[in-house]
Formats: sequence, C-alpha cells, structure tokens
Amino acid sequence: MTGKNIVGIIFSNAYDECISELTGLRTMGSVPFACRYRLIDFALSNMVNSGIEKVGVLTKSNYQSLMDHLGTGKPWDLSRKTEGMFILPPFSMADSGNNGDKIASLKGIMGFISRSTEEYVLFSDCNSILNIDIDELMDFHTEKGSDITIVYKHGKIPALNDVIVMDLEENGKATQITVSPVTEDEVDYSLNVILMKKSLLERLLNEAISLNYNDFEADIIQRNVSRLNIYGFEAKGYAVTIDSMQTYFKANMDLLDPANCDELFAPERPVYTKVRDDMPAIYGLGSSVKNSLVADGCIVDGEVENSILFRGVRVEKGAVVKNSIVMQGSYIAENASLNCVVADKSVVITPHKTLSGAENYPVYIGKAIVI
Amino acid sequence: MARKTECIAMLLAGGQGSRLGILTKNIAKPAVPYGGKYRIIDFPLSNCVNSGISTVGVLTQYQPLELNDYIGNGQAWDLDRANGGVHILSPYQQIKGTEWYKGTANAIYQNINFIDRYSPEYVAVLSGDHIYKMDYNKMLKYHKENDAACTIAMLEVPWEEASRFGLMILNDDNSIAEFEEKPKNPRSNKASMGVYIFTWSKLRKYLLEDEDDPNSSNDFGHDVIPKMHAAGERMFAYLFDGYWKDVGTIDSLWEANLDLLNPKVDLDLSDPTWKIYSKTPTTPPHYVSGDATVQNSMIAEGSRVFGEVDFSILFSNVTVEKGAEVRDSIIMPGTVIKSGATVQYAIVAENAVIEKNAVVGQRPEAMKNLDEWGVAVVGAGVTIGEGVTVAPKAMIDTDIRKEDE
Repeated sequence: MTGKNIVGIIFSNAYDECISELTGLRTMGSVPFACRYRLIDFALSNMVNSGIEKVGVLTKSNYQSLMDHLGTGKPWDLSRKTEGMFILPPFSMADSGNNGDKIASLKGIMGFISRSTEEYVLFSDCNSILNIDIDELMDFHTEKGSDITIVYKHGKIPALNDVIVMDLEENGKATQITVSPVTEDEVDYSLNVILMKKSLLERLLNEAISLNYNDFEADIIQRNVSRLNIYGFEAKGYAVTIDSMQTYFKANMDLLDPANCDELFAPERPVYTKVRDDMPAIYGLGSSVKNSLVADGCIVDGEVENSILFRGVRVEKGAVVKNSIVMQGSYIAENASLNCVVADKSVVITPHKTLSGAENYPVYIGKAIVI
Repeated sequence: MARKTECIAMLLAGGQGSRLGILTKNIAKPAVPYGGKYRIIDFPLSNCVNSGISTVGVLTQYQPLELNDYIGNGQAWDLDRANGGVHILSPYQQIKGTEWYKGTANAIYQNINFIDRYSPEYVAVLSGDHIYKMDYNKMLKYHKENDAACTIAMLEVPWEEASRFGLMILNDDNSIAEFEEKPKNPRSNKASMGVYIFTWSKLRKYLLEDEDDPNSSNDFGHDVIPKMHAAGERMFAYLFDGYWKDVGTIDSLWEANLDLLNPKVDLDLSDPTWKIYSKTPTTPPHYVSGDATVQNSMIAEGSRVFGEVDFSILFSNVTVEKGAEVRDSIIMPGTVIKSGATVQYAIVAENAVIEKNAVVGQRPEAMKNLDEWGVAVVGAGVTIGEGVTVAPKAMIDTDIRKEDE
C-alpha cells in the first residue's frame, strides 16, 4: 500500500468532445459504462485500491451529474475526516473545451497541490479504462529511478489529440516521445495514468507557466524526454482508450467476453461505484437472454442478445434487444426491436418501433427521449 | 444525553432460528440471506428508515459476528446518524454480574438505559425474522389516536393455519378482548406479526415489574403482554393486509424466496418509494452466456450463468457452469455449480461447491412416497463431490465425496 504517499488527480472532463453525444449533458467521468459504472469509477478505484487517501477531481463543465455520482466519496471510502475526495471546480474558465489546457487546469489547483503533504502525484483521465495495480507502478518507478512514469498500452493509436507515444528501450526508458503522430503502426501510447514526484510537478508547472507554455503533453512531457528519466509501464490485462462512439460501443461489448471481465473487474482490486439499492434482475417466463450483461433492477420478459442492460431497464414481452447498450431506467415496450443502439438513460421505446444501426455506427438515442 | 426522539425501535435479532438447521449454524437468523441480495434483517431495518424511525437498537446475542459486521455503522440503511442511528446492543457485564438476554422482554429490560437516553414517547419492538414491508408510522398514528398503551400489528391468516399462531380476539373497536396462544380450535384468524408499539412510560413500568417476578419467563408474548392486558391497559390490534412471512423453517424460507417470482404475490421490491436497502457487494453486473437458458428467475450481480436456470434465485457471485441445471432452488452468494450437476428443490448456502454430475434434491413428482420429500439443504462452504447424490430433505454440513456414500 504505497498510496498513502500519493495524491491522486483526475481530469474528469478530458476528451469530452470525442463522444459528444454522451457528454452533452455530462463529463467524460460520468459517462455510464458496463451496466452499473461511470467511467470515473475505474480511475478512482485504481487509486483507492492502492491506499491513496486523497484525490482531487478536476472539473471544467457539465459536472452536475458527476457531483451527483460522487457525492461525498463514500462508495470509494473517500469520505474522510482528514484527506478524502476533493471536487475541484474551475476558477475561471473561458478556455476552449479541448484537452490542451491541462496546464491551465493544474495552475488553477496549485494551492491544492502545494498544500498536499504526499510526496507523489498520480494523474488519471477518465476515457482510459483499466484496472491497474498502483503499488506495482510505484515499485517500478522507484526501482528504475524514474522521474516520470507513464502507463502505456501497445496497439493502434487512439484517434485523439495530445496522445503521448513513446519509443521505449528494453528496460522501459523512453528515448523519444511524439504527440499524436500520424501512423498506422502499432505503437506504445499513453493511457494517461502518470506518476511523478509532487516537487517535480511543481517545478515543471512553474517553468511552463513562466515560459508561457500551455501544452501539458508537448511542453511538460515531450520537451523533457532527454532531460528527465521518463519510463513507460505497460498496463497488464484489459485496457482501452475511448476515442469515439465506436470504441465506446466496442469497449462495452468487449466485456461480454468473461476473460475481459475478469481482468477489468479483478476480484483483488474491486471497482467501486455508487449503490442504487435495486432488487436483483428478474427474468420472466418466456424471456430469452443470451450473451448479455445485466444489472440489478432489470425486468426482462422479452428477448435480449449480445447486449448491455444497465440498472432498472425493462424489456417487455415480444421486445427484441440485440447488440445494444440500454442505460439506466430505459423502457422497451412490447414488440419493439433494437439492433446496434445506444439508448441513454430513461429512454422509452414505444410498442412496435424498430431501430437499427450498424456495429461501426450505432444509433444513439438521447437521454429521456420517447420514440 | 441524546436528543429527545418521539419513537425509537428495538429490533430483536438475537434468535438462533434453530428450525433453519445448518443455515444458522454460524449466523443468527436475521442474517440469513434472502431474495438474491438481502438478508432478513434488511426488511425491518428498511421499514424503520422508510417510516422515519432513525434510532434503532439491534439486540443481538446468538452468533452475532456476521450480523454485527453486516450492520456495521448502518450506512447501507442510511442509519449512520449524528443523532440516533443504528446501535448494536449485546448483553453486557453489570455490577450484579453478567446475564444473557433471558427472553425478549428481558432483552429490552437490560437496555432501559439505552432507551432512556432518547426519552422517547413510544418504543416499537420489532422482530428481526420476518419478510414484510410496513409503514410503522401509520401504526404509530393509530396507536396515538387510540391513546393506547400497546398496539399489536396483526394480519388475518387462513383459518386452517391459524392454530400455528398467537391469535387475538377483538372487540368492535379493535381493542383486544382476549389472547390465544396456538389454540387447537381457533376462535380467531387474527395473528400477531411480532410488531409492537408501546407507550414507553407504560412499557417501562411493566418491564420492571416483570423482572421482579421470579416465575416469569421474561417474554413479551407469554408474560408482559398478558400482564398489561390483565391490568386493563388500553391494547389495540392494528390490521395489516400486505405480504408477511415468517421464514422460520426451511420450507418457509424456500417459499418466501420463490414468492418473489410469483407476480400474484404482493411483495414488490422494485418500488422506488419503499426501497429495501442492503449492503451491496462490490461486483460487476451478472453475465448470461450464449449457451445459457434462464427462465422465471432472479439473478443478482456478479453471477455467471452458462447452464440452465429455471424458477430459481441466484445470489451474487454464483457460477452455473455449462451443462449444469438449477431448478426451483435458492443458491446463496459465491456458490459454484459445476457442469453436469443438477440442483433442484434445494437451498445451497454460501460458497458451496457442487461438483460435476452431482445431484442435489429431487422433484416431488419423482417421489414414490411424498412424505420423504422435502427441500434439500447444503451448508455454507460445503463441497458436494463429483457424482454424489444428495437426497431430498437432507441437510449436509460436511463435505461429501463419492467414496463416502
């Protein structure tokens, strides 16, 4: 449990724009995922599972749903007398919605950072979903004498701005860093879980501010690749970075493979979320459910296949839900039919309606829309 | 001194529930799992919170570890309060020695100091082993309207079953004329639900008197209530007409669980205005595979189904492997049913393993002699070996291998 010496900082709005449908009314951190979670649950759980007791959640816009979800931080054991969870709303924000203003955001919480007594800082975005052992990351960091350790995944680079891509030596040291290079090759790209000493962060931030640098990835990470020891730490197990509605859709569907589920929800590092106190799901007589993940509170009387049902979803007799994600409290009436659909919260599909998208282009139905 | 509170609840949770056999070997009856994610005590606790009673004393005695741990600081029921909240009250040492709770009335007597801290007008005394949803506040209102010393919740039971209950014979104004304890020839079908509201000043007096009576068994039903009645106190019955079930036996526990799958039964746990709270385990959603068949069942989060599940309740983190069959059964958290195994008309407790091709329980239709039929029970942590058959009505609390048969 190395966490006691780390303060966690989560960027809840980072990359909001890449799934603008889902983030229209919420932050990336509060995007629903995998039947009962919000994306921020993974970043928060990673942190508390290693014993981190102080977490700052940086917010920028649309953070009402996030605050509703986080509450006092109790589900993550972060409602504490000392330390705990701190929601850090923006000080003054006329900035644009892109990710380029991480430095500005951090500047706004310099007080929070400098007041923290922990020796290390761990950053996390919410659009990368992974279950990582931070103790292992810390051991690696110390062993290598690393200044900045970046958790990475090997694969095709996500279609996002400001993605850190590292050329790594065998021992994990970064020799060259590029930011969102154009390439079709598989590369070692950052999942934006980044560990460094707090004193180093403060120094780099002050330097960046005085030189009027404003790009975290280019000016703080990339620029220092030869000056500092920057190491890459490979994420083990299932990890995914959401960069579009397609990857969001696919990431949900990936969990229909129990092997992926086992890795993401490793029992030794549970993923915590807000509890809703629903009854367990009920399957009616004549229902048919195949290859699906179903949350508490669902009542299924119809047919469900290759789908993700969030809490409290109702599928009536004769309704067919295939290859779809149906979020909390939605209602699929008799003989309605969905295929490749992402239905946001509290959607109502009235009887005999048919909606169909394609796997690479799921149809999105906005919150509380009645069709 | 705590803030004055109009009504507090005392929840009797010390019972062993011996008729549940091995299911209560290591846990008290109120901690027995029910309904896929609940424990029995969630019902009275949630009823309290939903009724606006936020000071609850939970009296534990038999195997309290699991129960104390489960209740914790009461956060799951919103009972972690600055004023009041949930308090576990176990027997304690006093200057005159240590005493176990001798009876239900004695348990309350020993905690008079706890109750006095809140100087309540009324005290609700609740039993921790029934499944029901009830607004105690309505009952309290009724109690006040009648200016009663004691109000007893009652429900009408089928006449043929009436002789199993403590019955009340009522006057026209619903005041209680007479009590009958499990009579052979019942004159009433109005049974006590084990839910009482007392005016505290009255109850306090009778508890002190009862304690001084060397012949008393210090029980509410046997001693205190009849004494209050004999002394001419105002005692009323409060009619309740919802679902209520005493899950005191294996059969009734099995039935009460499967009642949740019967749309005709009036017990809706999805009602957002009267939620039943519980401590929710930290598990991912449940998964039903492409090979699985699930019919008319309830499945909690964290479970994985690759086989066949019909008319059953699966608690959290249960695994039903491909080719395994679960029918008309209750499978408690963490249990694994391996491929080719059949579990039917059974209750399998927590973290048990049913190995390949084992058969637990039997369908009543398959029995020659129906008297030999009953629900089979497998205890917590027990392994039923490959190919082993567990007879109907059996209660298994140690591992069995094929060689042992």
